Amino acid sequence: MSTQVTEQTETETEEQTEEQSPGERRREKKEQLQREREQEKSDLLDEAEETVELKIFRYDPEVPEKEEPRFDSFEVPFFEGMTVLDALIYARDTYDSSLTFRHSCRQAVCGSDALFINGKQRLGCKTQMVDLEWPIRIEPLPHQEVVKDLVVDMEHFYEQMHAVEPYFDPDELPDGEREEQRQTPENREKVKLSTRCIWCGACMSSCNVAAGDNQYLGPAAINKAYRFAMDEREGTDRKEDRLRIIEQEHGVWRCQTQFSCTEVCPKDIPLTEHIQELKREAVKSNLKFW
Amino acid sequence: MHEHDVIVVGAGGAGLRAAIEAHEEGADVALVTKLHPVRSHTGAAEGGINAALHPEDSWDLHAYDTMKGSDYLGDAPAIDAFAQEAPDEVIQLEHWGMPFSREEDGTVSQRPFGGLSHPRTTYAGAETGHHLLHTMYEQVVKRGIEVYDEWYVSQLAVTEEDDPDERTCYGAVAYEIATGEIHGFYARDGVILATGGLGEVFDHTTNAIACTGDGQAMAYRAGAPMEDMEFVQFHPTTLPSTGVLISEGVRGEGGILYNDEEERFMFEHGYANNEGELASRDVVSRAELTQINEGKGIEDEYVHLDMRHLGEERILDRLENILHLAEDFEGVDGLDEPMPVKPGQHYQMGGIEVDEYGQTCIDGLYAVGECACYSLHGSNRLGGNALPELMVFGSRAGRHVAGAVGEEPEIPTGPGAKSENGSIDAPVNLGGVADPDPVATDGGELATPQDVLEATVEAERERVETLLERDGINHADVREKVQKTMTENVNVFREESNLKQALKDIREARELYQEVAVRDPSRTYNTDILHTIETRNVIDCAEAITVGALAREEFRGAHWRMKHQERKDDEWLKHTMYAWNDGKTDLYYKPVILEGEEQTYEPKERSY
Ligand SMILES: Cc1cc2nc3c(=O)[nH]c(=O)nc-3n(C[C@H](O)[C@H](O)[C@H](O)COP(=O)(O)OP(=O)(O)OC[C@H]3O[C@@H](n4cnc5c(N)ncnc54)[C@H](O)[C@@H]3O)c2cc1C
Ligand code: SF4
Ligand code: FES
Repeated sequence: MSTQVTEQTETETEEQTEEQSPGERRREKKEQLQREREQEKSDLLDEAEETVELKIFRYDPEVPEKEEPRFDSFEVPFFEGMTVLDALIYARDTYDSSLTFRHSCRQAVCGSDALFINGKQRLGCKTQMVDLEWPIRIEPLPHQEVVKDLVVDMEHFYEQMHAVEPYFDPDELPDGEREEQRQTPENREKVKLSTRCIWCGACMSSCNVAAGDNQYLGPAAINKAYRFAMDEREGTDRKEDRLRIIEQEHGVWRCQTQFSCTEVCPKDIPLTEHIQELKREAVKSNLKFW
Repeated sequence: MHEHDVIVVGAGGAGLRAAIEAHEEGADVALVTKLHPVRSHTGAAEGGINAALHPEDSWDLHAYDTMKGSDYLGDAPAIDAFAQEAPDEVIQLEHWGMPFSREEDGTVSQRPFGGLSHPRTTYAGAETGHHLLHTMYEQVVKRGIEVYDEWYVSQLAVTEEDDPDERTCYGAVAYEIATGEIHGFYARDGVILATGGLGEVFDHTTNAIACTGDGQAMAYRAGAPMEDMEFVQFHPTTLPSTGVLISEGVRGEGGILYNDEEERFMFEHGYANNEGELASRDVVSRAELTQINEGKGIEDEYVHLDMRHLGEERILDRLENILHLAEDFEGVDGLDEPMPVKPGQHYQMGGIEVDEYGQTCIDGLYAVGECACYSLHGSNRLGGNALPELMVFGSRAGRHVAGAVGEEPEIPTGPGAKSENGSIDAPVNLGGVADPDPVATDGGELATPQDVLEATVEAERERVETLLERDGINHADVREKVQKTMTENVNVFREESNLKQALKDIREARELYQEVAVRDPSRTYNTDILHTIETRNVIDCAEAITVGALAREEFRGAHWRMKHQERKDDEWLKHTMYAWNDGKTDLYYKPVILEGEEQTYEPKERSY
């Protein structure tokens, strides 16, 4: 009896499928997928030993209910090794696909996801959830214009980086075929840390001076200048030009050695030290040439 | 409408190099890129750049190593050009200020790397790719080359002749992320695709989230075939929760792999009795997965890579960056505990079919970098050969598009190069589901380049409108479906039944994709739209990889088939080609070119 019932149902379903148009079949699949996803989501939350609350800043100048900045809360399952970026991706892909933030590499090399996490500038991908107090508050970088949600306008940061002529420009190159310029391992070591910058903007956002003086070059740009000024391959003429650039009104002399940039830099670049060293170089060259 | 001589799509290593070269040759160049250039995934490369610089080394040895590494599926004209020009490119990088690691005498250091007969890998600490990317971006700034950053290219403007060999590419359509505006870019001389890898096809990868195979899929749908897509390199030591790469360096220094029962399985289970943990990437990846499948994985998911016995001093001295990676991305202290690792997708050997100047079969359309297949890496890429590839072929394509190359290419492209038809026993239909497919609209047989471009812009506007207006499912659910099936069924182990299952799942994803919609109503920085468009590209790439994997019944390089455990040179010394024409797909083959400039490469056993 029971077998018969099953068979009947099966035939019915088959017939139904035949009558269905491709569109209908797709819709059915779609609904099924949606049901599956809902189930998976609630299962995941149930299964997770712990869940974390994220309080995320929201703003969109174009969407009426987001015109006024607000915080949205999302509950996400916690798993071992989870980073803040993982949690953001989970919240977006599961609850609200309009949640907007930059990200790409997931390994602290692309510099896309500098955020203000629990009151400090950090890379989302490099910040373990266990190292933070919960609930976790995530905001866009302070002192930068917010475009939408966690995305800030980086244009000003890029302009400052470009302002220090951030490209290698040697006085002369070797003549020989396939001949490289020589550089001592010591000199390479000297510029090593300065070359690690990933243009994330965390330092600039943490800097009080930059917040008050929009034209201040900022720690990252000055560090970029340091990277070239200290590179022995460029030659002394170029170094003079470089020192002139960073010595200008909104250059190194603005730095008040508060170390906030050094503290937040995810690549551990000794920014304040580099700025101080350039101040000394500038003084030295002034003594020499004027 | 924007207008330039050359449009370079993508600003990673390959795109930047191409732009600089075309600019040097006098072209008006623009870089159009969905990420700011310095955010490109080239920045993640750690290990190094190969080039035969040393007087005792020579380009033909480098070429030979590359051909051998490719398991004889490389094309000699590409390999020869690559090995000959790599040294110039490395010196060029040095002249542009790249901070290479140095010897005591101030010259650039070179170290040994897997599969190379001479220590010819130059490097800049453990951040070679970062320095290469930034050095070249700096040169772009110096030259004032125009960069449209955070502009997403969603479609190519290509004419619609039946034969792709006769088509012309006049430009591209880009979506300005900040504003949501859609713009046409007219390219007077050509478009160069440099969009990078496709790791997002898999759910576990060392690639960035932005590596979604956009260039491959766009070129494919415009008529340029994909080549050798089944060849995907999996790296054996990636962190389980993020896919972050733990470099070979750890095993090179003596790191040991253990299973759940603390067996040193590479030896104890005989996967590689001589080389153990240092066997090639594919061998170690398969051994790890075998252990995991046999229930000997930890948490059924990963194995352990232990370096504690090396001692704190040595670890801090040589592997400090690994400690940071394990700590930051997995929350594990490598000095105190073993690190969890498992295989992850790493590099795509196959890609858009191009010749040794980066030209596709479509006039005016080029591809360089990881999205392209000149057939340099064949079935397996050697470590340190991708970065010089970006430089050499970026430069060659830049020169060619600017009209500065006289020679005729030796590598044939397009359907004209077909030597043999292919077929597979596919359980479902392949190719497009919608008719007409909104993303396969090209210009039609229209009168002027501008008309072709305008028609494409219009088609893209409609596509975006539709996605914004309708109700439907979230693309992320569809993408996840593809990623899951690819990782489960088209991984380092390939079996007929699994591959067929993957094709079914991909088909289902394709049908579901017809129902996706964008929930974010805003035009301001709408990443929902971008990711939704990317997911379509992920589907097309996944299908091409799986079709190739099902077709190729042999074991060559990175491609391993359960029932076909040997390399079959008599039958399979040929490239797998997969082409799209108006929603229909075509599988065929073209011969491998083994006759090089100095030597004809004789297939030998690939043993080390
Ligand atoms: C972790 C890791 C380590 C590696 N280590 C090494 C190594 O040591 N040595 C080596 O030789 N190789 C290495 N590789 C391989 C090598 O780094 C890559 O193959 C190479 O960098 C790819 O460069 P690319 O320029 O082709 O792409 P990418 O650098 O990925 O750049 C792609 C560009 O395209 C843009 N783009 C993509 N889609 C679009 C679109 N639709 N519209 C507009 N723009 C778009 C992006 O914004 C980006 O600018 C490594 C790879 C990884 C993942
Ligand atoms: S200096 Fe540090 S904090 Fe500042 S942009 Fe560079 S990496 Fe980011
Ligand atoms: S995602 Fe690239 S730095 Fe965090």
